[in-house]
Amino acid sequence: MKKLMLGNEAVARGAFEAGVTVASSYPGTPSTEITEFIAKYDEIYSEWAPNEKVAVETAIGASTAGGRALSAMKHVGLNVAADPLFTVSYIGTNGGLVLVVADDPGMHSSQNEQDSRHYAIGAKVPMLEPSDSAECKEFTKKAFEISEEFDTPVILRLTTRVAHSQSLVDLEDRQEVGVREYKKDIAKNVMIPANARPKHVMVEERTKKLAAFGETSDLNRVEMRDTKIGIIAAGISYQYAREACPTASILKLGMIHPMPEQRIRDFASKVDTLYVVEQLDPVIETYVRGLGISVIGKEKFTLLGEYSAQMLRETILGEKAKETKKAEEIIPVRPPVMCPGCSHRGVFYVLKKLGLTVTGDIGCYSLGCAKPLEAIDTIVCMGGSITAAHGMEKARGKDFARKTVAVLGDSTFIHSGITGLIDVVYNKGTTTTIILDNSITGMTGHQQNPSTGFTIKNEPTRNVDLEMLCHAVGVDRVVIADPFDVDNFEKVVKEGIAAEEPSVIIAQRPCALIKKAGYTGLYVINDKCKNCKLCMKLGCPAISLTEKGPKIDETLCVGCGLCPNVCKFGAIERVEK
Amino acid sequence: MNIMIVGVGGQGTLLASRIIGAAAINLGGDVKLSEVHGMSQRGGSVVTYVRYGESVASPIIEEGEADVILAFEQLEAYRYISYLKEGGSYIVNTQKTDPMPVITGAMEYPADILAKMEGMGIRVTACDALSLAKEAGNIKATNVVLIGVMAKHTNISKEEWEEAIRQTVPAKFLEVNLAAFRLGYEA
Repeated sequence: MKKLMLGNEAVARGAFEAGVTVASSYPGTPSTEITEFIAKYDEIYSEWAPNEKVAVETAIGASTAGGRALSAMKHVGLNVAADPLFTVSYIGTNGGLVLVVADDPGMHSSQNEQDSRHYAIGAKVPMLEPSDSAECKEFTKKAFEISEEFDTPVILRLTTRVAHSQSLVDLEDRQEVGVREYKKDIAKNVMIPANARPKHVMVEERTKKLAAFGETSDLNRVEMRDTKIGIIAAGISYQYAREACPTASILKLGMIHPMPEQRIRDFASKVDTLYVVEQLDPVIETYVRGLGISVIGKEKFTLLGEYSAQMLRETILGEKAKETKKAEEIIPVRPPVMCPGCSHRGVFYVLKKLGLTVTGDIGCYSLGCAKPLEAIDTIVCMGGSITAAHGMEKARGKDFARKTVAVLGDSTFIHSGITGLIDVVYNKGTTTTIILDNSITGMTGHQQNPSTGFTIKNEPTRNVDLEMLCHAVGVDRVVIADPFDVDNFEKVVKEGIAAEEPSVIIAQRPCALIKKAGYTGLYVINDKCKNCKLCMKLGCPAISLTEKGPKIDETLCVGCGLCPNVCKFGAIERVEK
Repeated sequence: MNIMIVGVGGQGTLLASRIIGAAAINLGGDVKLSEVHGMSQRGGSVVTYVRYGESVASPIIEEGEADVILAFEQLEAYRYISYLKEGGSYIVNTQKTDPMPVITGAMEYPADILAKMEGMGIRVTACDALSLAKEAGNIKATNVVLIGVMAKHTNISKEEWEEAIRQTVPAKFLEVNLAAFRLGYEA
């Protein structure tokens, strides 16, 4: 049976068919749906872990115990999980171990554009890269076979356009591989220097064996057509090459580390002009050049963003872009914004009003940096808010901490914010941290996390009590406040930053998009409005300015009740929908 | 056949693309569909591409290649005019949603968008899909009203579209969505 599937869903299907036992992940666009779809298969134990390092270590444990295990993450998640990756490369596997990493060229939903292929080279593990959903499924299954045959973890690399495109997939049955025997094996599984040294020898030999495998494996494929132009490509770039140059010969690499030297030499010798088409860094190109083969690559193609078929037509075939219709005026951009009813809006309204320095973090609340709120000063990485505020205080002194706050979400706090808070307490900082507790992992599309009280399968579980956790690491001042009660929230923030000790404010209000929010009805502006435009400062997409003054869009208003709390004239009233 | 769906995050463009995908797969050829999840869904400008035919390589539709563009909002329709193929059809929901630069007063919402598009020689079919969705019984069915309007501009029959809706929409919302489709089809 053929089914139209998202690349991510096809990876999940591949895991199912490969007989995977355990999947542990932390959500991250564009990888999230892999584990969400895995959670629909009861044959696989699945979980959301607190962060990617925990997830990969759990998968390693499952593999060591004999089960096939998978962990999926976005590119920056692999940075978090890099520590276990580099050593499990030495240990190898018992049950197959596959890490799926989704890169985001073009940064649709990411803070950088890193190329994860460098990790495969650095950690000396094989990496496969599918180019559509059918290959997502097939390569996932192959990755498990390679993992067990060569005693190595395997990375499956996706990019946004493969992860978030749908194409046709043939469904097959699950292969019940069971759980392999577990035997204590100190030399293999305990990485102390004496054991790791011989394992490094094994790793280098393994890479040679994998390279030999790549010479004959059908993961790599040559499509000989006209020999004037030859293109080496992998992943989505292969699809763009096929679209743009249907008559060109293509060496399609499915295994991008290690690379098949002889196949590349043979292919290069058969074509007149050789191109490497790859988004982001010149990984394949550098390898090909290293073989002494002349190739056209990054001198013609950008290191930045996503490619397109049109870009290849222009660069390789010299075809100009079609004349297209263009508007004769500047069209206002429509950047993403905090949703109508967003629980974070009250927080940033107050922080902007108080004119504080705000160190931000990764999540929907990153949008607090956008106009009109513009309330955030810094964003680096997951969990980087509290530590940034701490570093600022240590550089500029305690007075600076009196006008600085760190903001991060509940899931991000658990991910890696908690260690920063411990740093503040231990090293006598006085940072104020606001945990935006909206009872869900929002940006990635509403996943449960350790603070919500539910598992990935929505089963009730023991939840981490954020208030008790903060107390336990040594924060005495912990206050829970509703960010929509803006007057009280302002008071709580002022008290927090004034205190010469670490303080935590837990801003509690559910995400407007989840059932728990329970919003009904909507708000309208009545004739008491003095057109003071204070409500416009909220940056709510449901409120816009007309010639007669602010107006609330009935199709967008969710009835959250924040705007009447900032109106001084009682001009915003609730009506039933 | 290249169909683009453009709109504002949260308007239900993903469901629309799933219905189109289901209709295309029933034709028996190749289908690819590309969308972007994550941050851009938060009220930002969103685009979905659906391509179907004998064989489809790239999942992306590029400038000058769209046979049909289905726009859920006027400004978003205006933003993507360069993607329409010469002679292609533009289906535009007349709804307007101010983007943040307009809300903050930094820019103005362009006036008379539909007239300007027609002035450029673009074949525009405009529809107040929101009102028709209300008539069908649920404003959330705006997306399916638009599918109904678009249906006549494709090589897929009315019955095949209805079958695709049956395959895609949950049973409890099926009647309202079929009503919405028919209102759009007859509009």
